[in-house]
Order: sequence, then C-alpha cells, then structure tokens
Amino acid sequence: MTNIPETGRSTRVQTRLVVIQILVLSLLATLGGRLWYLQIRQGDEYAEEASGNHVQQVVQPATRGSILDARGVALADNETRLVVSASRTELLKMKDDGKAVLTKLAGVLGMKPQDVMDKVRLCDAKTPQPCWNGSPYQPIPVTDEATVKQALQIRERAEDFPGITAEPMAVRRYAAPGKSNTAQVLGYLSPVTDEELQKAQDTDSPYLRSDQVGRSGLERQYDKALRGKAGVTRYEVDNLGRVIGEAESDPGTPGSNLVTSIDARVQRVAEYELNEAMKAARKEMDRNTNRTYEADAGAVVVMEAKTGRVVAMASNPDYDPNAWVGGISAKDYKKLTGKESNYPLLNRATQGQAAPGSIFKVVSSAAAVEAGYDFDGNYDCSSAYNVGGQVFKNFESANEGMITIGRALELSCDTVFYRLAHEEWKKDGGMNPKDPNDYFYKAAHQFGLGAKTGIDLPNEVTGRVPDRQWKQDYWEANKDAWCKSGKKDGSYVEKIAYENCLEGNKMRAGDSINYSIGQGDTLVTPIQMATIYAAISNGGTMYDPTIGKAIVSPDGKTVREIEPTAHGKLPISKTTLAKMDEALAGVASRGTAAWRFAQVGWPQDKIPMHAKTGTAEVYGKQTTSWFATYTKDYSIVMTISQGGTGSGASGPAVRNIYDALYGVSDDGDVDPKKALLPKPQASLPKIKTDGTILSPKMPKDVVKELLPDEKASPDEEYAPVEEGGQPATTPNQNGENRDTRRHRRRGGARGARRGSRPVARGRSRRARA
Amino acid sequence: MTGNSFQVSGYGPEKAGWTRLFARDSMARRLDWPILLAAVALSLLGSLLVYSATRNRTELNQGDQYYFLTRHLLNTGIGLALMVGVVWLGHRALRTAVPVLYGASVFLILLVLTPLGSTINGAHSWIKLPGGFSLQPSEFVKITIILGMAMLLAARVDAGDRPYPDHRTVLQALGLATVPMLIVMLMPDLGSVMVMVIIVLGILLASGASNRWVFGLLGAGTAGALAVWQLGILDDYQIARFAAFANPALDPAGVGYNTNQARIAIGSGGLTGSGLFHGSQTTGRFVPEQQTDFVFTVAGEELGFLGAGLIIALLGVVLWRACKIARSTPDLYGTVVAAGIVAWFAFQTFENVGMTLGIMPVTGLPLPFVSYGGSSMFAVWMAVGLLQSITVQRPMSA
Repeated sequence: MTNIPETGRSTRVQTRLVVIQILVLSLLATLGGRLWYLQIRQGDEYAEEASGNHVQQVVQPATRGSILDARGVALADNETRLVVSASRTELLKMKDDGKAVLTKLAGVLGMKPQDVMDKVRLCDAKTPQPCWNGSPYQPIPVTDEATVKQALQIRERAEDFPGITAEPMAVRRYAAPGKSNTAQVLGYLSPVTDEELQKAQDTDSPYLRSDQVGRSGLERQYDKALRGKAGVTRYEVDNLGRVIGEAESDPGTPGSNLVTSIDARVQRVAEYELNEAMKAARKEMDRNTNRTYEADAGAVVVMEAKTGRVVAMASNPDYDPNAWVGGISAKDYKKLTGKESNYPLLNRATQGQAAPGSIFKVVSSAAAVEAGYDFDGNYDCSSAYNVGGQVFKNFESANEGMITIGRALELSCDTVFYRLAHEEWKKDGGMNPKDPNDYFYKAAHQFGLGAKTGIDLPNEVTGRVPDRQWKQDYWEANKDAWCKSGKKDGSYVEKIAYENCLEGNKMRAGDSINYSIGQGDTLVTPIQMATIYAAISNGGTMYDPTIGKAIVSPDGKTVREIEPTAHGKLPISKTTLAKMDEALAGVASRGTAAWRFAQVGWPQDKIPMHAKTGTAEVYGKQTTSWFATYTKDYSIVMTISQGGTGSGASGPAVRNIYDALYGVSDDGDVDPKKALLPKPQASLPKIKTDGTILSPKMPKDVVKELLPDEKASPDEEYAPVEEGGQPATTPNQNGENRDTRRHRRRGGARGARRGSRPVARGRSRRARA
Repeated sequence: MTGNSFQVSGYGPEKAGWTRLFARDSMARRLDWPILLAAVALSLLGSLLVYSATRNRTELNQGDQYYFLTRHLLNTGIGLALMVGVVWLGHRALRTAVPVLYGASVFLILLVLTPLGSTINGAHSWIKLPGGFSLQPSEFVKITIILGMAMLLAARVDAGDRPYPDHRTVLQALGLATVPMLIVMLMPDLGSVMVMVIIVLGILLASGASNRWVFGLLGAGTAGALAVWQLGILDDYQIARFAAFANPALDPAGVGYNTNQARIAIGSGGLTGSGLFHGSQTTGRFVPEQQTDFVFTVAGEELGFLGAGLIIALLGVVLWRACKIARSTPDLYGTVVAAGIVAWFAFQTFENVGMTLGIMPVTGLPLPFVSYGGSSMFAVWMAVGLLQSITVQRPMSA
C-alpha cells in the first residue's frame, strides 16, 4: 500500500476509506451505465416519445371535391355547417368524466343529456349505436346542425364548456338537384377505420384520423382524387400545449372535382319513371300467382350509345345519401342494411342480376349466324317444340309459320331459337359431347356476359353464362346436397334435385333450349345489357360504361378527361348487324314493343327506335320485366324484379324517358325546346379561371317542370283505364317462356286518353291501372 | 484624465494583493487543482444548463432571460470567495468555532419552523430574505454536522489518547447530529435528512468507530424508515413519489410525470444531444424544476451522453480527489471531514442524477455545483474550501 502515507494511523480507518472510495466509484459507474442505457440503448425510443410529446398536429382537412353532372350541376358538394364536437380526452380529465359539461351542453343544444352522452361513447361489441367508431383522440361530433346562437353560446362561455368546440366545418351534401337522387351511384362516406388507417400508412395516400372515406359508388371509386390531401401544420408545443414554434408542415390540397356524364335532369326522370312503373306494377294482377306484382326492385340505365357514358342510372329501392352525413343513426342504419330493408344500398344496375329472358335473343341470333344459319333463312315458328316427350311451348302457343331470324326477334318467337339451339346441341354431341363448338355460349362470352363491364363503380357483379364449365363447377359444389335431398318420385323440387344429382354436370337438351331464350341459369346485369344494346346501336363496339367524365383539379387548371375505352367488338358481321338493327327497329314499329312506340305516336321516322322486350321466369317468384332499347344516341335498359312483362311493366317508363330526352310530345311532335338532351352532352361544363365550374340553374323538380300538373290532379291520374288499342290476349300460365304481348296495362290507357286530351303532354301516358 | 490615472492607481494595490496571495507559492502549489478546476467547470456548465432551462420561462425569470444565469454565476463567485475564506481560515481554526457555527445553524433551521420560514414544493425549509433572496439553512447544517462530529470523534484520537473513538464520544457525536436532523425532519425535508444520515454513516466509518456503531446505525436507519412509513409521518406526496418510483407507468400525468418526462428528456438526447438551447423537452418546459433538482435532464437532452457523462465524470474527479485527501491526511479530524464531504457529495450526486434516470425515487436534492440555488452552492463551495484547507495544511512529507 504505497499510496497510503505514513500517518501512523490504524489500518481499520484506511481500509474503510478504501471501501468508501470503492462504494463511491460504483455509485458513479451505476449512473454512467444507466445513462448509457437510456441514451444510447433506448435513445431512439425516447427520441420518438419526445417528439410525440412536443409536436402537436393540427389537421386542416382537405375540402372534398364535388361530384358534378355533365352540365356542371353539383350532385355532391360540401356545405358549411356548425359542428359541435366534444373531445373525449378533455372530458375524461374531469372528475365526473365530463357528465356535467355534457349535460349543460345538452341543455344548450336542446337535446336529451343521455343522447349526447351516447353520441360520445366509443363503439365496441356491446355498445349499440349511437356510438363513436372513429378515433378516441379525435373530437367527436355531437351535432352538425347547431344554430349560430347555440354555437355562440358555447364559444362565448368557453370556460363553461371545456373540451367542447363549436366550429363551422365543411360537411358533405348530396344536393339532389331537381329532385334527382342518384344515391347508389354517388355512394356515401364514413369515417376511416383503424384498419384502413394502418393499411394506408405507407402508401402514397395515407389517411388521417379525421378522414372520411368513400364507401361505395363514385365516392369510393374516385376517393383518391376527390379526397385531396389534408394539410398538416405541426407545432412545437410546451407542456401546457402552448405553441412555441412551428415544425415541418405539409400543405394541403383540396380534392379534385369529378365531372360525370350523369345528367341530373334525365336522372330525375329515370328515377321517377322507374318508381312510377314499379308502383303501377304493384297494382297489376299477376295471373300466374293471383297476386299483384311485388315489383320489389328495379333499375334503369340510360347510356350514350356511341361512348358508353352513363347519362342516368337509377336503382330502386333507393335511400337518402344524406343519412350518412355526420354519422348515421342506428335507426337509419337498420333501415338501410337490415333484413327487412330490401337493401337499398345495392345498385341494382350493376349489382343486381337476373335471367334476361328474350332480350337475350340478340345473343342467340348472333350465335346462330356464327354457327352458319342464314339470318334471312326460314325457320319454323311452331306453337311448341318437342324434345323427347318434353314440350317447350312458344309464348302463348302462337304459331307464326316459317319466319326469318329477324322476324323471330320482332315477334320474340321462342320455338325458332329452341330449334336452332337444340340442333347445335345435337351437333356438339348431345349428352356425350365431342369437341363441342358451343356457339351459343361462346357468343354470350363474346357479348361480355359473365364478366364485368368495367364500369367505374365498385363491386360490379359479373352475371353468369351457364356453360359447360360452369355446370361442372356448380354440380361439384352442390351434388352432395342434391343427392341427399333428391327423390325420383318426390315433389317437383325433389325430382329436380334427383336429376341434378345424376347428371347436373352435363349440358342437357333442355338446358340448351331454355338458354337460347335467356331462361334458366343465365344471369345478366342491366349495365351489361345496356352495353350490348349500345354496341348494336353504334356498329358493334362495346365500351366500358363510364360515369366519370373528367377529373378537374381544384384550380381548374388541369383537366384529366376520362376517355371512353372499348373492351370488345360484338361477334357480328356488319351486314348481320344491319339486319339485326332493322329487326329491332321492327320490334318498336310492328313487334312486341310497338304498342309502346310506333302505335302510340313515336316519331319512328324521325328518331328510329329499336327495342327488345323480355320477360324472364324465376322459379318461385314472379316474372322479371326487361326492356332493352336504343336509338342512334342512347341505349336504355330497364328491369323490374317481379314486375311482370317487359313492355308491360317497363315499357311506359322507358318511353317517357325517351320523350323527355328528345322532347317528343304525345302526338309525335318533336319539340327541341322541350328536349332535355336530344344529343349527348359532348363538352365539359365551363370552368372559370378561378377553378369554379359553371352550372345551369336547376328547377326544383324536373318532373314537375316537364309535367306541370302531374301531381296537381291525382284523381285524374287514377282514372279508370279502358281496354283497347292492343289485341287482347290471355296469359299463358304454363308457358316456359312468356313474352310481352300480354294484355295491355298502364300504357293501354294511352290510346284512349290520347284522343280526349291530346294536349296534356306526357300525362296520358302516365296512366295507372 | 484624472479619472484615468486614478483608475490605474486604484488598480495597482489590488493586483499587488492578488499577487501576494499567490506569492505564497507553497499554498498555491499545495492546492488540489483537479478539485478546484472540476468544481469551477461544473459550476460554469451548470450556469449554461440553468440558463437553457430558464431563458424562456417568463413566469420564473421575471422577464429577464439572464436572471438565473447571472444569479448562478454570482452564486458561484460568492461560493469561490467562501472557499477562499475557508482556506484562509483553515479547517483547524474552524474547529474552535464549531460550537458557534453549530449553534447558529441549529438556530437558523429552528427559525425555518417559525412563521419566518416558507414552503417550497412541500418542504418547509426556506427562510425568505429581503431582496428576493432565500436561504436554505439545512444546507449549512450539513457542514456543521461534519465539522462538529469530526471535532468530537477526532479529539482524543488525534491527541494520541486512543486509537479509535470510544462509545461515549460516538454517542455524543450522534447526539450532535440527531438534533438538527430531527428538526429538518419536521420541516419536513426528508431528502436532506437522508443526506445527513449518509454523512453520519460516512463519518462513523472513517472515524474508525466500532463496527457495532456502523451496523447499529444502518439498522436504526432501516427501522427509522419503516417507522416513518408505518406511522404515517410521510405526506401523501412523498408516498406518491415512492409509488411512482416503484412503478413509473403509474399515473404518467400525475406523480409519475416528473420521472417520466425527465427520462424522456434524457433518453431523447442520444449520444450528442440536441445541442445547447435546442432541447424540445427543455424548451417546451416538460420537465418541472429543471433549473434546480432536474438540471441534469437539460444536460442529458441538450448535450447528450457525452455532456451528461462529462458532468458525472467531473463529479467523479471531485469525489476521487476528496477520497484521496481523506486517505492521505495524517490527522483523523481532516480525514473525517473529508470523508463526510465525500459521503455528502456522493449521495447527493447519486440521488439527484439517479432520480432523473429513474433509478432513485424523487426527492428535492440539488446536484452539487450544477443546480441553481444559492445555499446549496455556498455550502458545496465551503466544503471544497474545507477539502483545500486539509490539503494545504497537510505535512509536506505526505
């Protein structure tokens, strides 16, 4: 111990001093080690925590872009509303979790305290609506309908309402111009979920906690463009939240505006006519079931024939999209999605599918020509077609003798197509197929059936072509159930199951025969049929249906036009197409749809109308009404589920839409001044230099404008309807396929009314049975 | 012109006096320069940290961003002067003054308990002086306890009567320490009491008192702590501090707030820190009491591991040299005084830095030299004076 000086002192003290020194050193080493651990080992975590500590983000939500119609009329835009919100984090800091404040707030807003508290509670598995399913750190809107007085009361006494804010905020508004609704096409918004937030975190368009996200329709399809980018200002704050500096900030950009090809006026007319047609069908007796028609759902599509752009698309039942704004209430939500709701959120034009019935015959005709049959050849339109003891009757068992395929289309003769399809089935090898040509099924695929049209709306369904592959797949999926329930001598259902179990994977003669007239397992959507009939009109090009026409940047400087794109050509030669076109014109002038057009004042010479009617059978349900039409400018397809016959249920509505488009009056005069849209809107609305888009004035209700006394005299509207004008026929109750030449209905009044009130434009056509 | 010549003439004698002081080269040469330089460096570093912590705290600095900086420097200057005074007088000479100093310091802490005293952060341990100054007498009591106990314990050993202090002497020394400790406990300033207990422990160890006393005191300390806990002498805030120490996640907005924010501040500093005056935690006032008890967090955040480590290293230099002084002093009086100071500085450093690092519970103890606070600054500089005096008066043969 050389460093211990000669102190003459005992070693006890010296030893203890060394102990003290070691102790002191180890204490210091402990501090150093801990410091290293905190700063070097865990430094990054703490750095992150520190930045979360002192950086406050203030989000300036981007104003969502508007959705405009083809002329610039806003279908969806924003309005400023006074939104009163409560901050949960602030409320929970209070002793009573903010109960007192919320009660006071309820008093100011004239609400029940319990309602206010329910609105700010968080949703979980046990909590029923209303509750908040957004972020707990985000101010929760209590109401977006505060009055200026209420907002002032809250803001002036801020100290009485800690955690409560009353601020003007841009809120989505579905303006329903001219009483058009367009609900399913527009879609709706709801707050971003935690999941989406995480998923989008590392993409180029991350969500913010406060974001509203498009959930369906155009709002979803064009969400990215419409949403814009929220601005984020990051402030450095001190421990009391006082701003002490500004950190890196992201400037926001408002969302772009979407110009659509929808014309709000035509949309309103389409919605109105669809609804009227369904209302009328519900008063009509179905001779098969001895009940009135259910008419539980329907859709109509108005499409520009040369571009595939959608001018109007209505789906019924519909709903008010404004129900979603500011958080949907429990009652509304149930009404829109519950079992009893009939699912009004579904867009029946793109998401509803049904057997097409006779409007499918254009596909069968093309297939027959492809298979080598002459379009102008002579085919037997007998009253029935017999296959192995099974009788396939013509509609109403009519016998028209030898006719061409064109005439078969006009008359909607079933037996001609039965025969052709059955012949082809036999050629393909019958029950033991050998390299089958399957012309009829190939044609369906070539017409775009069984596949999405590519419309710019989410969740489009494909429909179904029941070809061999499908039969095989379907059989494999269901054979166990069929084989279990099937009985050889059981009920009808059991017998079918028994047969299906045995040979459900095979294409049977009856399958092919039914298929040729659009019955059986075939499913199509209205938008598919509109695309096909538009293609027949434009010379054979199938365009992707589009609703979006252009995306206009908020400053109006960049306009990204959405050009029509084709996804295929109809598998028909030019000459055949011309013949088919003529035949379909014949349907309107002298065929199954003549009583809706040529016979009731349609100016066929000025505006050649082409149509095909369809009435599809659905097992256990009433028939589906289909009506597919086109002119050189538009194609309109309408369908009503459980609505009756094609021309019967849908005919008047489609005619009325055409009348409105072209300005056709009852006596067949064409008045361009009254026409809503005699030519498709080609140009985009005028965009001013400041980015605002000019729009024409809209009447309060387009229909009222067109038919001034429509609603004014309901008694007249419901005047008794006389039979007349059409050859009375009796419905065929056992027919495999019934077409549309049934006893006249709503439209039947036209003739009678026309004579007495030729001037009452439109009104007479709108007769109710 | 006359003024100028007057100034020159006035400056002359002062310079001469200064030179004279250093002309006694034996003294200047014998000073423990590492301690002095480390202490000066700590004080200056402290002034920067205190400035950083207070320059924009208008609610504290009365609108003058340099308020705390100038005062800290002033305190350091006064501290240096006190050190010089102590060296001048010498620790041996102070031995004779112990009864007076002890009496005065006990009187002052008693005064704190009267209405003259004022409460800061739950501890009633300040005396408000006119002019905005305040005095914390418990800081000075630490010195008088050291001096008093050293005087008692070393008296007969240094006289050559006995090799170690006998039981009676130890009992007397303990009695001397207990009186002010009880008073401080009544304030209640538990942090200071803990420092004093550690000082007493260090002194007993260094004095060579019987092991029984050392372990007895340890046992008594533990028992006392238990009693304090059980009898509910602790205030709620003190219990909460311990609870928060045991579980830092507890109530991060309440009692756990200090420790949590302190750790975030230090942890976010990383290796080199965010740079002086650029710490967001510091600028954002997230850490309370940052110029005093939590001054180390400023170093941690703004100077990083290097800067904060430097502070620990400088304190290490002071403690290391103090230990060396204790070991190399021939008389027990000097040894005991030095050991007492080591125990004091070491515990206060460990407790103060330890609480900011989350390894010790939060108590209101300043970091020697670095924390803002006059009384603490004066006391630690006087202690440095004592250490220097022990070095200076050590026989040259050592």
